[in-house]
Amino acid sequence: MSHADQPFAASPDILPLGLDGLLVRFARGFSDQANARALALHQALCTDPPQGYLESAPALASLQLRFDRAQVDRAALKTELHARLAALPETAPRPARLWHIPAAFGDLNGPQLAETAALAGTTPEALIAEFTATELRVLALGFAPGQPYLGTLPPRWDLPRLDALTPQVPRGAITTAIRQVVLFANLSPTGWRWLGRTAFRPFAPEAETPVALAPGDALRFHPISAPELDALLDTGDPLGGARLERRG
Amino acid sequence: MSMLSILSAGPAVSVQDLGRPGWLASGLARGGAADRRAILEAAALLDLPAPVAALEMAGTGGRFRLAQPHRIALTGAPMRARLDGTPLAWNASHLIPAGAVLEIGPAEAGVYGYLSFAGGIATPMRLGARATQAPAGLGRPLRAGDGLPLAPNPAPDAPPRSLPPPDRFTGGTLRVIPGPQTALFAPETRARFYATAFRAAQGNRQGLTLTGGLFTLAEARSILSEPVAEGDIQMTGAGVPAILLAECQTIGGYPRIGTVIPADLPRAAQSAPGTVLRFREITLAEAEATCPTEPAELAALRAEARPVAALPGDSAALLGYQLIGGAIRGDEEEEWRAGSI
Repeated sequence: MSHADQPFAASPDILPLGLDGLLVRFARGFSDQANARALALHQALCTDPPQGYLESAPALASLQLRFDRAQVDRAALKTELHARLAALPETAPRPARLWHIPAAFGDLNGPQLAETAALAGTTPEALIAEFTATELRVLALGFAPGQPYLGTLPPRWDLPRLDALTPQVPRGAITTAIRQVVLFANLSPTGWRWLGRTAFRPFAPEAETPVALAPGDALRFHPISAPELDALLDTGDPLGGARLERRG
Repeated sequence: MSMLSILSAGPAVSVQDLGRPGWLASGLARGGAADRRAILEAAALLDLPAPVAALEMAGTGGRFRLAQPHRIALTGAPMRARLDGTPLAWNASHLIPAGAVLEIGPAEAGVYGYLSFAGGIATPMRLGARATQAPAGLGRPLRAGDGLPLAPNPAPDAPPRSLPPPDRFTGGTLRVIPGPQTALFAPETRARFYATAFRAAQGNRQGLTLTGGLFTLAEARSILSEPVAEGDIQMTGAGVPAILLAECQTIGGYPRIGTVIPADLPRAAQSAPGTVLRFREITLAEAEATCPTEPAELAALRAEARPVAALPGDSAALLGYQLIGGAIRGDEEEEWRAGSI
């Protein structure tokens, strides 16, 4: 019997993900704690790679690991992972990097702000004030290269995705659902609720650092006006005026 | 540095190698050739110790010209290939003279044909590889007028080689190992999946959609997005199966019934619309035994690739015709040798 044939066990579960891969699943639903554990394991593996380790990627509540089959077998790696998991801290360390990213909200830059505020039971102004006051974290990068899932917003942001897809949001669009935020890397259709826009490019293949964000980074949006956003977009700077604060 | 001129190109001709592993945490899939085995076959035919970047041609190729003589290999989906009008064998390497026009026509079977050069395409490395990943903004499909640099041709006098024609271009059975969500599917759903003869529908470098049945999951909507792997078979939307290929997204929320093993992924990628595909569940241990690592696969192919110019009285064109017809057998080669003594 393979692990996948067993019922889902208490976390973390170590399951096959391709012939040269594993999935460490901390939870079947999202929680900040599961996300923090995935990030902590990723950082532990990057710092001290086990035999045969190729790469790992933390996701919302799980971690993907790829290994070199010529150097290590699955069973030995699982044993090693269990040992690493036992030594993991229960909480994530305070993020060492904090991004400050300028963003314009509402109107053409965020056409669904008003209805989202109504759904959350507040005004657009109060919603944006709460949004920009929240220090978010990069929960995972994925779906598109460099595209961050950010979280976690206060409980009133537990809003479902839209029933009908928005045909397109631009690169840099700030969208929300289920207390999370996606900052779009490319023009894309989406069911997430479109609140605002940045000039920050999550994936800039020509830049020296093509993916500026890393899982676990902290991030805050700072409100600017629509003309200020246009000016930032015009500069072509892939960081879109973002500033990185190192907190050590 | 030699130059390859693209005189004309089909709609999806791009530079591909074995991709850029190491970017999963940034959300970037490995990418690279849709049929990785074809890249290894080319290295074997060109007697190279390591694979090189090549042209991947989906559906059809184009017309190409070289500024300097260079050895090439033709692998993957068999396509009609002519050098100044003379047919060239597929699954073989050839010496192409400077200025000659190499014309590669539509695929006779399969989807992705590969034109490889002994020196390798020497475009700048981006994020650790030369592979085009157009949706991510890494390169673009080639078009008429483009020129590509080639690294110098190693061993210009190396004899042409050939490999037996592979059988992965007409569908068949894909072996599947369990994945993280296999157990979410009811046993009857899994049994029905493995009893179904599917047909390939729409395909691209991201994935291949199949028709033949719908496989839904009661709790599909509540599944949290998780990392996905190349080869995963996900049930999209109403339960339509799709096999994820080289440029799949790195995180996805559709339920996945299992993962096609690496040895069978080229067969999946090479399935043109209408091709019949079935699945068979195997254990991880069986998959381990079935799938060599890529370096081991290349070593085996290098041992298998047979020099064809060692035969007396041959010519590339003659061999080309014979190999296309599959007329050369081992015993004929023996007879030919015996007769020439």
